[in-house]
Amino acid sequence: MIRIENVSLAFGKTNILKEISVSIPKGGITALIGPNGAGKSSLLGLAARLLPLQAGDISVDNLSVSSTSGKVLAKKIAILRQDNHVGSRLTVRELVGFGRFPHSHGHLTENDHRIIDESLRLFGLTEMSERLLDTLSGGQRQRALVAMAYCQDTDYLLLDEPLNNLDMYFASELMKSLRNIADTRAKTIVIVLHDINYAGSFADRIIAMKDGQVVADGKPADIMTETALGGIYGFNIPVISVGGQPIALPFRR
Amino acid sequence: MSIAANQIGVLLATLVLAALFLVSLGVGAGDVTLFGLWHGTAELDLLAISRLPRTVAVVLTGAGLAIAGLIMQAITRNRFVEPSTAGTAQSAELGILIVTLLWPAASLGFKTLAASVTALLGTAFFLMTAHRLPPTQPFLVPLFGLVYGSVLGAVATLIAWQLDLLQYLSIWSSGDFSGVLRGRYELLWIGAFLVVAAWLVADRLTIMALGRDASIGLGIDYARMMQLGLGIISVISAVTVVVVGVVPFVGLVVPNLVSRLMGDNLRATLPVVAVSGAILLLACDILGRLIRFPYEIPVGTVMGIVGALLFLVLIFQPRVRG
Ligand SMILES: Nc1ncnc2c1ncn2[C@@H]1O[C@H](COP(=O)(O)OP(=O)(O)OP(=O)(O)O)[C@@H](O)[C@H]1O
Ligand SMILES: [Mg+2]
Repeated sequence: MIRIENVSLAFGKTNILKEISVSIPKGGITALIGPNGAGKSSLLGLAARLLPLQAGDISVDNLSVSSTSGKVLAKKIAILRQDNHVGSRLTVRELVGFGRFPHSHGHLTENDHRIIDESLRLFGLTEMSERLLDTLSGGQRQRALVAMAYCQDTDYLLLDEPLNNLDMYFASELMKSLRNIADTRAKTIVIVLHDINYAGSFADRIIAMKDGQVVADGKPADIMTETALGGIYGFNIPVISVGGQPIALPFRR
Repeated sequence: MSIAANQIGVLLATLVLAALFLVSLGVGAGDVTLFGLWHGTAELDLLAISRLPRTVAVVLTGAGLAIAGLIMQAITRNRFVEPSTAGTAQSAELGILIVTLLWPAASLGFKTLAASVTALLGTAFFLMTAHRLPPTQPFLVPLFGLVYGSVLGAVATLIAWQLDLLQYLSIWSSGDFSGVLRGRYELLWIGAFLVVAAWLVADRLTIMALGRDASIGLGIDYARMMQLGLGIISVISAVTVVVVGVVPFVGLVVPNLVSRLMGDNLRATLPVVAVSGAILLLACDILGRLIRFPYEIPVGTVMGIVGALLFLVLIFQPRVRG
């Protein structure tokens, strides 16, 4: 369980997060949605100890992120950041393999290689595994980064907009893979999404943030309504039902 | 880069280095022949007192500088920095200058210590500033390094000029192996130890080049690794400046060339970078001894020209994509 208690964050005088308290129990997919600048990335950054906690406390399976050693946490929680710039000339396989570092410290075992192969396969990278990252397209590189985070094989996986740059096919493949991982391996996935229809279709729970606060939290069916979405995003978003599945139509004129 | 190709690369580089090593033992104002070695002691002495120490010194310096450059590039995530243009070498010069002023009779070891301390301080300041510069403008970091290094160099020159120590300063600011004798170069072995230390943390360095977030996410103690890198860079630079003087470009072009050919997985490439640094510097030193035989051109000068040419090649050669 990720327990976030009274967490506040300020950069200079501006308050980015305001006394956020939310718990994410073990298992399942939680989607984090909300407008640009709501504080989603900041919250994930704090949970993954990339930003120092200023106020409040965050713990992962009762390990406080501010006092637990980085080595221990690296086996508990993995994060994919929103903007990644990889300038190193590494092959896809090498990059994904570094996801094993917390476990193997660079000496890859049979088991590590098995997990690397599986990650490559899962995210459609097997064919390009020996290619250098700087020869890949933006979406292929994004998949390699997701595979690296997955390869870390942690109970908790935080993904900040993993669908960036992905085409429709790979976006839905990625979401299906995550759903599958969450169901069959009891992983806990927190994923920041801007496409709320993916959130509505694949998540078990949706947490909506706005202006540094949690403004809505519930099952997809509760959040995927015209009123709730209108409140979160500040404009009218019609929602229709397709085969019992609520679909938001923000692009309807 | 496949493991087999990688191993062939290492093997080839080592063979080239071995060949140059033998050539270096044979080149100089006095003749050394196998025949002479077999019969006389004079040539044996020449070899043991001068040629061998010099050759070993060049190899250690070349390897050390290349690795110092590699580490600096990894931890700043910038391919265009190296200790001799980012204030490290200049800080070390300042340190020796200060010791020479305050305690002229200080031993080589003590001078190295002082140079290491000032190099550490100077480089720490550079790194702190480099991390504040916007990553969207990668050329700001080396540019800042150049300006910063020049300012420190100017301060050193001013002090030396005021106190009539300019000819000392020129000894440290231009690398030269002609003065290397047995008993005067052994400190360079510290560099060899640090190269091995760097190799032991090669995976961590590769991860650091992916950035702070990736490093912390993978459980690396980022601050501690930063300090370790800083320490290795500073001490290698300081030892080099004290024993042979500033040698430019090795730390810049060698890691870049190897990265082009073999990528950036440092566990695989770090040994190649070390050996290649030694090859490049040894080749330049031999060249410096041959061009105006029996006179010598300092290796710093030769390296300046060769290094600049290699750098231009790097810039204008389109990246190999593969
Ligand atoms: N280093 C920083 N210094 C100052 N302000 C910052 C910094 N990082 C983020 N912010 C501000 O914090 C707020 C929240 O940023 P955050 O990146 O968490 O938003 P987000 O919800 O992830 O948005 P997006 O959907 O655009 O990714 C924004 O207003 C942003 O401008
Ligand atoms: Mg964000």
